[in-house]
Amino acid sequence: MLPELFFGYFACAILGLALLTVTRKNLVHSVLWMLLLFLHIACLYLFLNAEFLAVIQIIVYAGAILVLFLFLVMLLNLREEHEARRFVKAWQGRLAVCLVLLTAAVVSVYKVEVEPFGGYTIAFISEVGHAKVLGTVLFNRYVLPFLMTALVLFVPMVAAIVLAMKERKR
Amino acid sequence: MVPLSWYLMLGAGLFIIGMFAFLVRRNVIMMLISLELMLNAVNIVLIAASHYMQDIRGQILAFFVMAGAAAGVAIGLALLIAAFRNKESANMDEFDLLKG
Repeated sequence: MLPELFFGYFACAILGLALLTVTRKNLVHSVLWMLLLFLHIACLYLFLNAEFLAVIQIIVYAGAILVLFLFLVMLLNLREEHEARRFVKAWQGRLAVCLVLLTAAVVSVYKVEVEPFGGYTIAFISEVGHAKVLGTVLFNRYVLPFLMTALVLFVPMVAAIVLAMKERKR
Repeated sequence: MVPLSWYLMLGAGLFIIGMFAFLVRRNVIMMLISLELMLNAVNIVLIAASHYMQDIRGQILAFFVMAGAAAGVAIGLALLIAAFRNKESANMDEFDLLKG
């Protein structure tokens, strides 16, 4: 009973906070609601025995990405955006498409059941430690994708600097 | 025990909210925020499936999704700065430079 109650609270909170995030007029409010949303998602990861990913969620999303958004909202002077239209004109059709897709998704996953492979049981993960289990797999079998992640993070960094740099006067 | 399908439905709901906001909002920052919401929905589904299948690979994939999200948002915001310098606006309707 208690797990269902916990999940119910977190599911309702996540969906409600997501709606609050995307409908606010003021972008700073929106980003702050998103902070609360990310914290709730991190709690949901804890609930799924993925404590390392919960910490990463807080550090990367709440710590880095959110600060990036806040800095940008601060740097760009968006005062005139407050009066501008928030939504496109023809939003009803898009809402209908989204609702149809949502119904299709919910109907298709409603009865999903999976068979556990049994390699990484909860007892095994809590005995060894989640970070250690994750690291062992990541640095052995998936070390090449992990190294490519470095490239994936490095190239946008260079691109961001080049794009955001002011052009020098010739 | 909470069934897996509840997590999948939560992920679907969050993804659709993000998609709707991406289609409807006209502010570029808001569109990037909704992109983040969609990626978070994917992460929830991946980690829940990984937990219920007792297979660690889903969490590895969620790890890579987070790295991709960080890279994507960094480059999106840099593009926005470059575009803002020309147009003085973050409204998507203003960016019609390539329109004939």
